[in-house]
Amino acid sequence: MLRLIGRRLLWSIPLLVLVPTFTFLMVALIPGDVARTLTGSSGSEAQYQQLRQTLGLDEPLHVRYWDWLQNAVQGDLGMSLFSQQPVTELLGSRLSVTFSLVIGSTLLAALIGVAFGIAAAMRPGRSGKVVDAVSLVGLAIPNFFLGLLLVAWFAVAVPLFPATGYVDPQDSPLEWLRSIVLPVVTLAVPGIAVVAKQTRDAMGDTLERPFIRTLRACGVSRRSIVFKHALRSAAIPIVTVVGIIFVGALSGTVLVETVFAMPGLGGVAVQATAQHDVPLIQGVAVYFTVVVVLVNLLVDIVYGWLDPRVRVA
Amino acid sequence: MRPLLEVEGLSVAYRRRGAVVRALDDVSFDVGAGETVGLVGESGSGKSTAGRAILGLTPVSAGTIRFDGRDVTELPFAARRELYRDMQMVFQDPYSSLNPSRTIGQTLAEPLRAFGLRDRAQLRARVREMLERVDLPPEAQARHPREFSGGQRQRIAIARALMLEPRLVICDEAVSALDLSIQAQVLNLLRELQGDSGLSYLFISHDLEVVRHLCDRIVVLYRGQVMESGEGARVSRDPSHPYTYALQQAAPVPDPRLQRSRRQARAAQAETSLDAAAESRGCPFAPRCPHAQARCRSERPRPRAVHDGGLVACHRYPEWRDELAGEGVVAAPGGDAVEPALPGPVGRGTDHDA
Amino acid sequence: MSALATPDAAVGASNGARGSFARRLLRRPVAIGAIAFLALLTLACVLAPLIAPYDPKEQDLAAVLSGPTGDHLLGTDTLGRDVLSRLLHGGQRSLLSVLEGLAVVLAIGVPLGLLGGYLGGRSDRLLSRVAELLMAIPAIILVLVVLAVLPHNEDAAMVTFGVLGAPAVLRVVRGATLKLREELYVTAARVSGLSHARIVLRHILPRVTGPVIVQASIFAAYALLFETGLAYLGLTADPTTPTWGGMVAEASTVMQQQVWLLFPAGVLIAVTIMAFGLLGDAVRDAAVATEAPGRRRAVAAAPAGIGEAAAADERPDALLRVRGLSVVLERGGVDVPIVDRVSFDVMPGETLGLVGESGCGKSVSALALLRLLPSGMRVAEGEIGWEGEDVRRYSDRAFDALRGSTFAYVSQEPQASLDPTFTIGSQLVEVVRNHEHCSRAAAKERALELLRLVEIPAPERIARSHAHELSGGMAQRIAIALALAGRPRLLIADEPTTALDVTVQAEILALLRRLQEETGMAIVLITHNWGVVADICDRTVVMYAGQVVERCAVQEMFDRPLHPYTLGLLESHPSLATARGALPSMAGRVPAPGDWPAGCRFAPRCRYARAECEAAPVPVRTVEPDRVSRCVRVEQVFPVAEEVGRR
Repeated sequence: MLRLIGRRLLWSIPLLVLVPTFTFLMVALIPGDVARTLTGSSGSEAQYQQLRQTLGLDEPLHVRYWDWLQNAVQGDLGMSLFSQQPVTELLGSRLSVTFSLVIGSTLLAALIGVAFGIAAAMRPGRSGKVVDAVSLVGLAIPNFFLGLLLVAWFAVAVPLFPATGYVDPQDSPLEWLRSIVLPVVTLAVPGIAVVAKQTRDAMGDTLERPFIRTLRACGVSRRSIVFKHALRSAAIPIVTVVGIIFVGALSGTVLVETVFAMPGLGGVAVQATAQHDVPLIQGVAVYFTVVVVLVNLLVDIVYGWLDPRVRVA
Repeated sequence: MRPLLEVEGLSVAYRRRGAVVRALDDVSFDVGAGETVGLVGESGSGKSTAGRAILGLTPVSAGTIRFDGRDVTELPFAARRELYRDMQMVFQDPYSSLNPSRTIGQTLAEPLRAFGLRDRAQLRARVREMLERVDLPPEAQARHPREFSGGQRQRIAIARALMLEPRLVICDEAVSALDLSIQAQVLNLLRELQGDSGLSYLFISHDLEVVRHLCDRIVVLYRGQVMESGEGARVSRDPSHPYTYALQQAAPVPDPRLQRSRRQARAAQAETSLDAAAESRGCPFAPRCPHAQARCRSERPRPRAVHDGGLVACHRYPEWRDELAGEGVVAAPGGDAVEPALPGPVGRGTDHDA
Repeated sequence: MSALATPDAAVGASNGARGSFARRLLRRPVAIGAIAFLALLTLACVLAPLIAPYDPKEQDLAAVLSGPTGDHLLGTDTLGRDVLSRLLHGGQRSLLSVLEGLAVVLAIGVPLGLLGGYLGGRSDRLLSRVAELLMAIPAIILVLVVLAVLPHNEDAAMVTFGVLGAPAVLRVVRGATLKLREELYVTAARVSGLSHARIVLRHILPRVTGPVIVQASIFAAYALLFETGLAYLGLTADPTTPTWGGMVAEASTVMQQQVWLLFPAGVLIAVTIMAFGLLGDAVRDAAVATEAPGRRRAVAAAPAGIGEAAAADERPDALLRVRGLSVVLERGGVDVPIVDRVSFDVMPGETLGLVGESGCGKSVSALALLRLLPSGMRVAEGEIGWEGEDVRRYSDRAFDALRGSTFAYVSQEPQASLDPTFTIGSQLVEVVRNHEHCSRAAAKERALELLRLVEIPAPERIARSHAHELSGGMAQRIAIALALAGRPRLLIADEPTTALDVTVQAEILALLRRLQEETGMAIVLITHNWGVVADICDRTVVMYAGQVVERCAVQEMFDRPLHPYTLGLLESHPSLATARGALPSMAGRVPAPGDWPAGCRFAPRCRYARAECEAAPVPVRTVEPDRVSRCVRVEQVFPVAEEVGRR
């Protein structure tokens, strides 16, 4: 098991290097000039030259890359061009917002989705169709549209929740909860759809497998067969999907935090893009990647716990 | 005369999870023109690997394979392709061996087209002719595999193998997936086709009875090594190797009385497969062999000649057979008393032509 | 967002392809609807300059935020611009973006997937690794990086999105190819002399198109979601050009005054995405669908009473008494009979063999006894008596209590019949505790005892292992131990040795015999192997096409079969044939359920058949004491009093 984790960690190193390298190369090689974009058409040639120097654009590519990487490893992701604050500082203060939303919506999606999925697998036919329909609609509604609808209904028409903004839980736990309900639901809807469908399919497949027949023939109770044996075998694809919806929710924050004006990583990413703040957006990319690597690692560990064959392989 | 196919010292090894698995270890045998040779063994014996290695579908680690006197162990792609004119294969699973989305006509014409025959009328004629030879109606051409039963599909697979008029057909468990009555039909067909064209078969199977029925000579494999080989009836009725004997005794015969006596004989042997995983530097069968001695476990036996021209790889041959007789086992091998012409219902019905 | 695509769902979807795929797809109303909608939408957007009622930028400040009216079908926006016209014009950019993304995804994903899957080995591992890495990156963030450097460059954004989406397609194509490469027909094509290029083009590519289309439609859905999202954020188009996402963003600013404005663009985006999704689902379903039942005539069941007359081999003290058991499969609203009025008795301590070829209804009969029929099948009629009590009347709950303790079951696939995720020990303990309410420690002790009972060496070690670590023979011993945990009185074993090597088979048969001697349980053994019948059975029931055709003691059957099917099947056994001679074989094959002839079901294959055989359903008859046969001509075909056997 420890070896498995170790190997997984080793495998994530390329990813951690790849993403920053990719963003770095993209910035360097794309036939646009960041400095030119930043100064805009109104800026003078002197401003442009100075910016080039600040950004280190005059240095050769590999030197710039090496400097950037060295700093990044030491936790220095540079300064935001726009606010002149260190990128890590800017992003660190916003982590808790994004985590509240992403973890909350993943948990919500997993719980509701698994419950739906099991119910549908137990009673195929009509409830199976309901899951299909719900998941179709859930996946198709763009989250920015869904978010706006929820605001229109539950913040404007019936003011149950605040339309925008985020309250720190240290200030008021209750207000914090109220402030994240709508964005969490928005982010969770596609996840519920995916998890419900996957659970239904996986449970359906598992219940058809020969060992279930053996257990039934041995007189094992239906409850134990469904919730202990079938669910555990079906859990492997479900866990995969939960990992995927976590990453999906993380991506979703880019839009949802904008809709609800939440000061999280996703919102920052959009601002940084609009302001061409390259170091800042690179920083967000690194943060996202680290989170994804950690989540995938967690998923792998859960696999090993669930499936004895993984432990050996 | 030189045999059609000569396999000499064939070894196939591959790495799995870091460990080297020896699927075949120094295996030698040959197949003469017009002859049927059976390759018998249980799962893990390497019998299918041997078939695939001969066709070049699996890399060979050592040894030589000669076809018609020519070394064909390692061939470049073009030469290998050319060889497939003479050497074909019929697979075990009649469901997966035919492409479900292509018609039988397309499937059968494919080998001919691959070798340059393009004329549609000619192709159709050849396909029709072959369908007739395997007792399928010409309408089959336009149909898809799903419209045929397992037995019919196996006929189609045989037809495909014969399209190029090969000299050797390798049948890999070609009848194992079929029901008994269908198996009999396909075995009869294979034999008929051989009578027509003087073709050779390498018949790979786990079923000693089927092999005995069809084959002139039998090669018995265990864990990638040849245990014994020889004339078909002799190997199956009067084995020279304790493993062949175990195999023969383990297969129940369709006669309750005879089976009872064999069972008692087996009980006296008490050989077990449960610790079969145990490694042996010597004879691979030693851990399971009731006749094994220290030497069997330390030294790999060389193949030695048996009276019928066959070979046996056993340190204890022929003493083990005396041991068997000495233990008072009823079903000692070697005599007709043990395996009489089997009783049975053959020809019992009296109404054949009434 | 692309990560949300359900992974692997469509892998090898077309493997079971039957018939023309396109035709089957177009038989689905959902598919037609989705395709029609997307086609119309595309057409309308392309023709927007011609058909849109207004210029998309034409302002009408007198009619701001009007809501749907006769002049403006979908209303007007904050500047009084016509919403419908803006939607049609805006759709051009969105659909073009989807196309761009699709082109990139397919151009990268399909060839590389085919390459990796077909070549295998090192290049495949490398490709898979790279794909895995790319898939782990949240696409949106990299696209934002691109847009930070190339502001408002939507083409660059979609190409990047395509590159990051390609691994998903690559993986699916690779998986399908890998599976197809292992198909024997691909090997057969190699042996037929086909070049690699031709094998890929002719045997692999056509069969991965299904999964590729599924992936393409899923990707299209995500691409649209993504494109409208970027437009909503205002990162792609300049603010004056109409875009679907931009229209939603604009509407959100006036939500308090006019909620309606959110809907035209929002709903259109959702519906279009749904159409892509439905198209993908329909393609997947069409690819895996099995052919419709077709023209199967539902065979009217033979008139009652003729199936099984009160059998003369009836045993009053039978443990299990099965009478007239019929099972049907519901297919397209019609009940197709699978098992037709089967009757037999099982005596305490005896082994009854249920013999026949595949498709004769042996396994289904056994599962019916256990109430474990697969979905779609049910017992239509009949009586299952256990020590004189009809257990068919039991409720499901009451019957559950019988399983394991009265009836037990061992299946054909030893490894698959054990739960892969629990240790052998914990499965045994659970089953033991299910039957005897004892402490965990006592149950553990009993589990080890059971393992010793089935002659497992080192039971403590085996108890800690999992199913995948066991050989077939070991797994079958464990399955038997599980079955024995409730001290059953009848063990139903469905081809318990078929998947095993012959030496292992002999051991399992010996084990079953020993256990039977020790526990006195009865066994119903389903097999097609005459050797196994001869080895272990006391009596046999021969089945053909859902019916019992012969029932008698085992020695008698081998000595003197009294049904042409039994005779034919025995003759087909190679050990009974002379070496190198032709095997006596029966022409034809077992008819499928639903295709059973009206008269004697074996008549079409029977060399003794006469007109009378096909005239009417044939009843079973008692032909000798303790013997029944379902042959009208039994007296003519098998004249009596021929001397029995040689010994």
